[in-house]
Amino acid sequence: MVPVLIFGLSSVVTLGAALAVVTNKNILHSAFYLILAFVGVASIYVLLEAPFIAVVQVLVYIGAIAILIVFAIMLTRRLLSKDLIQRNAQWGLSALGATGLFLVLGWIVYSVNWPVKLLTVPEDPISVLGQELLSTYVVPFEIASVLLLAALVGAILIGRERE
Amino acid sequence: MAIPINWFLVLAAGLFCIGLYGVLSRRNAIGILMGIELMLNAVNINLITFWRYINPVKLTGQVFAIFVFTVAAAEVAVGLALVIAIYRNRDTVIVEEIDLLKE
Repeated sequence: MVPVLIFGLSSVVTLGAALAVVTNKNILHSAFYLILAFVGVASIYVLLEAPFIAVVQVLVYIGAIAILIVFAIMLTRRLLSKDLIQRNAQWGLSALGATGLFLVLGWIVYSVNWPVKLLTVPEDPISVLGQELLSTYVVPFEIASVLLLAALVGAILIGRERE
Repeated sequence: MAIPINWFLVLAAGLFCIGLYGVLSRRNAIGILMGIELMLNAVNINLITFWRYINPVKLTGQVFAIFVFTVAAAEVAVGLALVIAIYRNRDTVIVEEIDLLKE
């Protein structure tokens, strides 16, 4: 019973915060709701017995991405004014399309017979994860490091002041 | 497992669609980036759910989720740098006003 309650609570928090992110008039408040949505997703990971992913979620999404977004909003301050219209002319059509996609996805989820296996998580998942990353997935791991380096250099190059 | 797999999948679908609505309806480029982050989070919930319910012995799902984290971090860093560079040059982050190629 307790997992169901936790699931209900964290999914309500996640979806509510996500709705606030996309509908709030003040873009800075949207960013704060985004942090709340990330916390909700982290609790979903804990519920799925993936605590390492939950910690990475808090570190990377809340600690880095959300803070970067808040920084960017602060640097483009002029757009914080309340009377500024935050949604474009096609928002009704977008809402319709998103709802339609949700209905289709929900129908797919409930019509497919998922091959669920009730297995337990390995004893020490973090060490298994580390070994997998440096053996089976070593090439994607290295590519990811190159990608991060390229993003770092690219962000500095794009963001710097030009004389 | 007390919770059926469908619940997690519907939650992820809902989060994805909310993010999609945000991407399509926001005028502010930073708002669009926030919608993309929500969609990436929904994908990660799906990956972890399938890992836990279908093959938890191998940690493939978690590895994929970690790569999604990496790509999301890189994407938001470059995206926000672009937004700030555009703001510096054009004094706006409203995507409808960034139409240099149209003129």
